[in-house]
Amino acid sequence: MPSIWVYSEVQSVALELVRAGLQLKQATGWSLVSASLGADALKRAEELAEHGVDKAVAVSGAVFEQFDAEVYAKALAKLVGSEPTLVLVGGTKRGKELAPRLATKLDAGCVTDCIELSYKDDMIYAKRSAYGGVAIATMVSPLPLVVTIPPRKFEAAEKAAEKGSVEQVSLELPGPRVKVVEVRKKEVARAKLDEARVIVSAGRGVKAKQDLEMLRELAELLGGEVGCSRPVAADRGWFPQWIGLSGVKVKPDLYIAVGISGALQHIAGIRDSKIIVAINKDPEAPIFKVADYGIVGDLYKVIPALKNAVEKAVRS
Amino acid sequence: MPRVIACFKYSIDASELRIDPSTRKPVVEGAKRKTGDIDKRAIEEAIRVKERTGWTATGLCVGPQAAREAAREALAMGLDEVYILSDPAFEGSDTLATARLLAAAARKLGDYKLILCGEMALDGLSAQVGPRLAELLDLPQVTYVRKLSVEGEKLTAERDLEEEYEVVEVELPAVVTVTREINEPRLPSLRDILRASKKPIVYWGAGDLEVGADVVGEKGSKVKVADVYAPEVKRKGVIIEEKPAEEAAEELVKYLLQEGVLR
Repeated sequence: MPSIWVYSEVQSVALELVRAGLQLKQATGWSLVSASLGADALKRAEELAEHGVDKAVAVSGAVFEQFDAEVYAKALAKLVGSEPTLVLVGGTKRGKELAPRLATKLDAGCVTDCIELSYKDDMIYAKRSAYGGVAIATMVSPLPLVVTIPPRKFEAAEKAAEKGSVEQVSLELPGPRVKVVEVRKKEVARAKLDEARVIVSAGRGVKAKQDLEMLRELAELLGGEVGCSRPVAADRGWFPQWIGLSGVKVKPDLYIAVGISGALQHIAGIRDSKIIVAINKDPEAPIFKVADYGIVGDLYKVIPALKNAVEKAVRS
Repeated sequence: MPRVIACFKYSIDASELRIDPSTRKPVVEGAKRKTGDIDKRAIEEAIRVKERTGWTATGLCVGPQAAREAAREALAMGLDEVYILSDPAFEGSDTLATARLLAAAARKLGDYKLILCGEMALDGLSAQVGPRLAELLDLPQVTYVRKLSVEGEKLTAERDLEEEYEVVEVELPAVVTVTREINEPRLPSLRDILRASKKPIVYWGAGDLEVGADVVGEKGSKVKVADVYAPEVKRKGVIIEEKPAEEAAEELVKYLLQEGVLR
């Protein structure tokens, strides 16, 4: 019988994968197995066993100290073996570099950033964005298959009535060929954009870092967070992360794009917002095409005015 | 001569992609194609490595005959040669089959020190080919690289992860995937373009590569596309123009109150 494996180096994501795995288990009758690697592997495996997996495998060892995609792929390939398997990997950046390498070892297909999974007639159907986020593609593959699921796509699994078994395994593995020589934490604090109800988002039109303050004031007034487009984070380093297909995908009730022109990749990351507002001085900016409401104007005048108008509305 | 290889895809330009309004399917046939902006950075970085090391800078592209257009541009930027892996038998290749073709080409070229790929292609966004290629060639992989340097046989690279930057070292050869921030690709001058017309563009088909016919193309692909559709964007599109900021802001707030998104 085929099995469904789940793996993420982030325990909260692993718990989300367990929920995804349980849904598929219900549809297929296959067994659900988790892998935990490295420090606290046993502790993490115990927790996954309490949350619905049939079997939780733990492998510890100094070789896992640094996340090395090659070493981790080797370990997982050994665990999974040659049986037909569906492997769900948490779609963090590390997970997404691991999954294709693992899939290649297993001579398997791979679908990254999967947003929906189903099973029919011995085939797995996996939906994901296509053509730069313009379209949704349904990919189909037989087993074995490796799939990455973005973090927070599923809620964490709940405690199960019955605890699964826990198995400790030791593996002989060569050490990493890539050596980590320095790790620098990104300086700016990470806002919880994926959970925010309101996001005020800064684009290239915001000229100086101190100008973010007025966006922050507006966001606070609206009970939301401040985010940004890719150039503001990646080129200017004002934020640790950006909103977009290659960064965080968001789904607030209200998304206010301030001075964001609306590159395709950005739009794909905000598509699920309930209401999109665009503020831009260029009436031709593509962001207006996907906006519910837009103001064509100078953000340096519009944002203070908007703040006043919101204050007034909230008071009355 | 040691080689630095840049892999690039002649991608569908999603921003110009037409959607058939009746079927909501993208019209892929005849769609505009180009080298994606991240792949262009892989090409640029290969040229920079060549300029510092004197290695040969080679481009590899799996694609249709028409990828010649992208190859010309890459040569004008400064690659020494481009190989286009093109054959009707390669069509419909998934990420594994594509990586197999690239791996076979790299093996045939030989003496590769550094293989650069974009983090992801403009159309597929799968971010798979780099790591798959590394596995097929049994090389270490360094992904999400925003800065790199090559000294002798050693590569130092800075990776952009969610919470941190990670600086790593690795002995070459290795596969590296780059992000948009690694460089600003040069715009070739007219002189560069003219000079590039003498540089070689070589087509390699099924007969030129040591790769089984059953593991490439649609037949050799595990993952197939069952369906593609473009969900309709239903946005209201109310644009407030040519009004003083105060007036525009008040009008917007009125709408937002109606929508119930202000608390």
